Amino acid sequence: MTTLFEKIGGQASVNAAIDPFYRRVLGDPYVSRFFEGVDMVKQAEKQRTFLTMAFGGPHNYTGLDMRKGHKHLVHEMGLNGTHFDHILAHLRSTLAGLGVGEDLIAEVVAVAESTRADVLDL
Amino acid sequence: MPDITFEGITYDCTADETVLDSLTRHGVLLPSGCRSGSCHACKVKAIKGKPPVASQAGLRGPLKEQNYFLACMCKPEEPLEIALADASDKYCATVIEKSWLNETVTRIRLSRPEGFSYRAGQFINLLRNSDQLARSYSLASIESDDFLEVHIKRVPDGRMSNWLCNELQQDQEISFFGPSGSCFYVQGKAEQPLLLAGTGTGLAPLYGIARDAIRAGHTGPIQLFHASHSAEGLYYSSELEQLAADHTQLTCTACVLQGDMPEGALSGAVDTAVVNKLGDLAGYRVFLCGDAPVVELMQRSFFFAGASMQDIYADAFAFTPAG
Repeated sequence: MTTLFEKIGGQASVNAAIDPFYRRVLGDPYVSRFFEGVDMVKQAEKQRTFLTMAFGGPHNYTGLDMRKGHKHLVHEMGLNGTHFDHILAHLRSTLAGLGVGEDLIAEVVAVAESTRADVLDL
Repeated sequence: MPDITFEGITYDCTADETVLDSLTRHGVLLPSGCRSGSCHACKVKAIKGKPPVASQAGLRGPLKEQNYFLACMCKPEEPLEIALADASDKYCATVIEKSWLNETVTRIRLSRPEGFSYRAGQFINLLRNSDQLARSYSLASIESDDFLEVHIKRVPDGRMSNWLCNELQQDQEISFFGPSGSCFYVQGKAEQPLLLAGTGTGLAPLYGIARDAIRAGHTGPIQLFHASHSAEGLYYSSELEQLAADHTQLTCTACVLQGDMPEGALSGAVDTAVVNKLGDLAGYRVFLCGDAPVVELMQRSFFFAGASMQDIYADAFAFTPAG
């Protein structure tokens, strides 16, 4: 059986997606304020982990990590479902821009969607 | 099986064990997180022996070159002596030369202590022995120089910088820790274009990195930008001019935010000026040094102009408030 991670092209696809995805997110004034004042290189590493996870690759992030990592953004900066939707849209456009097919995009977005409750501390 | 030495004690490691597992089994707890090579919390350094390639996957070039590796991913193939990531030795050096480079920047050259090795662009922490006050300064010298060179910006009421600029005397001894930092040139991709941009004494590490890259045989274009609030803040103009004259791949450009401009200088904000001059930055390897807000601005602007985040190396200077 082929896993999602294999189908999408593994680590090479994460590497290809990371810059365009991060550019889209930082360039979106609706969500960019959540990334201000953070170390961009460290943030890019976090994006890598996020993309690896969404692509179905090996990771060790638990729901609890997701919850802890975003808690201050939710309760102090007002991170909400609309912001989450923006990130998913950027994920979708990034993959489309790299020529990933609709079926695979839907699978990736579904994995990312599954973190919503943890990220938003619901 | 290869042994692991940490803080003077040697531990055995079984065939299927990682460094992290082995040390944990012996009751030595390293910082750790995901245990799968993602979070980099267990990053340590091999000070003797070579870590396996798999344990360095995902680390950036400069860290690999310094033998950093992830303890959770390392099944050692040979005996390793390891140290925590931030461990550095203390050295003692003599002041061999002091001179002002402009109204507020002093150059200090130190004798090079035996056994001290570094990469051009790294920094050291100078120490005032009387009260153990310490501050970081980037090295402007390169490995083949027989001295260490730092550029000290005199901060109004700054305790360390005023002491270094005004009180420290030639022939006096001074201690330091180091080297630290990962903003340096790594060999490979000799044809890749390089962009070096910095403000104020951010020129110090960039001057070292440029000379280091040239010495390593870098053939691709090297674009160096020295930015300052006003023309008075620039220095080393003739040194840069000479270096560029000797090495055709190097171009040096000053950038001044406001006021009078030297001939050939760009005006305005450095991030915009660089992008206007160079255009698309895709494929560039980028080194940024100097005041933190400007470094962060350039990092962002150059990333948007096409540079890959993986290829941007930044050393943002933190200025400690006076007091």
